[in-house]
Amino acid sequence: MAEALLFVTMGLVALAGAVTVVIARNPVHSAMGLLGTLLSMAVLYVSQLAHLVAAVQVIVYAGAVLTLFLFVIMLIGVDEEERREDALPHQRRIVAVLSGVIILFAGGLILFGNFEWVPAATSTIPSATNGTVSAIAEPLFTDWVLAFEATALLLTIGAAGAIALAHYRRREG
Amino acid sequence: MTDSLWLIIALPLAGAVFLHLFGRYLKEPLAGWVASTAVAGSFAVALAAAMPFIQGGEHSQTVLLWEWMPAIGANLEILWDPLSALMVLIVTGVGALIHVFAIGYMHGDERFARFFTYLNLFAASMLTLVLAGNYAMLFLGWELVGLCSYLLIGFWYFKTAPPPAAKKAFVVNRIGDFGFMVGLMVVFTTFGTLSYAGIFERAGGELTTGMATLVGLLFLVGAAGKSAQIPLYVWLPDAMEGPTPVSALIHAATMVTAGVYLIARSAAIYELAPAAQVTVATVGALTALWAASIAVAQRDIKKVLAYSTISQLGYMFLAVGTTAYVAGIFHLMTHAFFKALLFLGAGSVIHAMSDEQDMHKMGGLRKVMPVTATTMGLATLAIAGIPPLAGFWSKDEILGASFQRGGWFSVLWVIGLLTALITAFYMTRQWVLVFLGEPRWDEGKHPHESPAVMTVPLMVLGLLSVVGGLVNTPARQALEHFLEPAFEIVTLQHPPEGVGMFVLLAGLSVVAGLAGVAAAFLAYRQPREAWEAFEHGFEPLWGTWEQAYHVDDIYGRVIVAPGRRAAEAAAFSVDLPVIDGAVNGAAYVVRRLGEWARPLQTGFVRNYGALLLAGAVTVVIWLVASA
Amino acid sequence: MVDAGWYMALAAAIFFIGVVGLLLRRNALVMFMCIELMLNAVNLTMISAGRALNDINGQVAVFFILVVAAAEVVVGLAIIVSIFRLRSTASVDDLSELRG
Repeated sequence: MAEALLFVTMGLVALAGAVTVVIARNPVHSAMGLLGTLLSMAVLYVSQLAHLVAAVQVIVYAGAVLTLFLFVIMLIGVDEEERREDALPHQRRIVAVLSGVIILFAGGLILFGNFEWVPAATSTIPSATNGTVSAIAEPLFTDWVLAFEATALLLTIGAAGAIALAHYRRREG
Repeated sequence: MTDSLWLIIALPLAGAVFLHLFGRYLKEPLAGWVASTAVAGSFAVALAAAMPFIQGGEHSQTVLLWEWMPAIGANLEILWDPLSALMVLIVTGVGALIHVFAIGYMHGDERFARFFTYLNLFAASMLTLVLAGNYAMLFLGWELVGLCSYLLIGFWYFKTAPPPAAKKAFVVNRIGDFGFMVGLMVVFTTFGTLSYAGIFERAGGELTTGMATLVGLLFLVGAAGKSAQIPLYVWLPDAMEGPTPVSALIHAATMVTAGVYLIARSAAIYELAPAAQVTVATVGALTALWAASIAVAQRDIKKVLAYSTISQLGYMFLAVGTTAYVAGIFHLMTHAFFKALLFLGAGSVIHAMSDEQDMHKMGGLRKVMPVTATTMGLATLAIAGIPPLAGFWSKDEILGASFQRGGWFSVLWVIGLLTALITAFYMTRQWVLVFLGEPRWDEGKHPHESPAVMTVPLMVLGLLSVVGGLVNTPARQALEHFLEPAFEIVTLQHPPEGVGMFVLLAGLSVVAGLAGVAAAFLAYRQPREAWEAFEHGFEPLWGTWEQAYHVDDIYGRVIVAPGRRAAEAAAFSVDLPVIDGAVNGAAYVVRRLGEWARPLQTGFVRNYGALLLAGAVTVVIWLVASA
Repeated sequence: MVDAGWYMALAAAIFFIGVVGLLLRRNALVMFMCIELMLNAVNLTMISAGRALNDINGQVAVFFILVVAAAEVVVGLAIIVSIFRLRSTASVDDLSELRG
């Protein structure tokens, strides 16, 4: 019951946020929409007993990534409005057609196709300790330790690369 | 002994390779001596290996050198029988003498070593041809000597005349080769092999008269090309553009005899085709007469000898056409002696006269060049058929065999006799114009006798021209016995038996020869105005002879010009618009396609993203729909 | 418990909105945010599937996606900043040198 309620409300918030991202003219407003979506996602994770992931989502995504976005928006200073017309003549038409196709297809599939969303779904209800730190840490440091180390490397390289790219060089003269 | 037969071909071949790689580093005469030694070495090996045949009783052998295409009977194999042995001895013996002569003749030439590379290569090729144990290897040698002929005729390629002459030789030969190749194909389809062993023994049983005649005629086409008979002789006079040793070796003593050799070797096939025999003999006789008439009016010392060669080859064809194979080969041998001598002597004269070749500008050279004059005189008598020199015995045997065969061959005999008279005439004319009378040469020429390296081969050949005929007199037919094993399966034609007939026929040809000699002497042992008037007296005939009956001109208009027009049509009406058009058109289409597809590359990320999405949607829908 | 299918449908919707936004907006930063939307939709799908299958690996996968997305954002924003310094524009339509 509670979960269903959470799902509906947070789902609506997420959708609203997503739409805001796409529609808002001011990029800061888009960032705010993204924030809404991210936070509602976090709640949905919690309701699905993915506690660690939810926390990481808030800290990393909402706390770091989004902040980065806002910093860059500030840095670049793009808060002017975008022009209404699209410079690319056919783009809107193509997207419209494709969207129509997708919606029709997906909608038809969902409504009339008799398929399983998750074919091998079990009827076991996961326990509340499903997504705790220790539960995630266990596979992380045993089965996926290689990927774990690789991502550590990735982050280092990414940080170094970003600094190298964006370093402000003072020009002489 | 037969184990070392491969050396015969290998020595000059190695010489050619060696000189090709290192010739330029050798000081001048050394390259020539290397080449001469190689050929002389082949002669020595051949002589040693031929002893069993000379002593008599030995049978032919086939020595396999390398399996090349056994399925069609084409291996590198040597057939060592008296015929091939004799040919080898002639080629290497006379060839070695000519090599030595060339050391003197080519003195000072920039490409001295290169010349001997080609000469050695030629020797190796000719020996391949002659030693072949199957038609494929023979054809290999056949083509290679054609190549060497081309290379050597065009040796002085920087002059204007030699390159077209070389090309002409090659192209006309090619026409003959076409006939030869078709003949080979017929042989192959009939016998399933090209090996002599597989063909000649079975010929009697498996070859119909019609097929044999066809093969015989096709081989004649090839032989006519290589041995300069009607109608494919036109390349030989032009080939005189090459250095004189080349003319001596290739276009007198050896390469041009390949056609005669081919027919002699294929005797088993000709045995079954009387019609082909008649054709061969007739072509030979007519060519002999035709060429002799042209030789009468020539001014260039080498052209006389060129037409003389064509004429004498005609005699050889007459012989083999009459199935007097021994007579034909006999004349091949004696002709090699005196014709090589004549050419080398001419070379000696040309060398002394600083490359003057017009006989009207010579005269009186006997005093300055006694050795050359004497040896050439002996050769002239030999070719005129004056006994007891070599030419008499061989020519007479041919004429005798023709007479004996009778019927149509009697007519050919008359032609042969007439030709003998004319031959004696024009050869004596040449000798008198060059060596007797008052000097007529230009200012600045200082004729002198040639050095020993050139005169010694002349003397050796002179000796051979004198005594060479004695190997096959009617009294002691040594050559015939020598060659017998090679012609076991065919019936040889002989001159009439009996001393009486011999004296009669020989007497007739001697009379003809003496008549020719005397006529020439009378006409030309005169002051210049006299014999010039004599020559003018025969106009317009004399002019026609001098122009070789305008044959080159006729060929040019009837064959060459239409051929050129056809080639131009093919090039400009077919190749250019159609083939080039297709290729260029294909490229054009591709380019247009590219231009049509280019607008897809807008450069905008969002367009690409949209395309991506479209593709992804298509794939997903398709996957779901097919699941 | 809410069925996994509902969550996945929601995720699909968010993903779709992200795609459309990516194709229709010109501002590089907003396009980037749309990419983040798509990644979040995927994360939601993973979590839902993991719960339905009672497999912890769904959440592990999300963990990694999160990390990689963060790294990607870092580098991507650095690139956008560099381009802006060079061209004074943040509109992707102005970067069409690869036009054929």
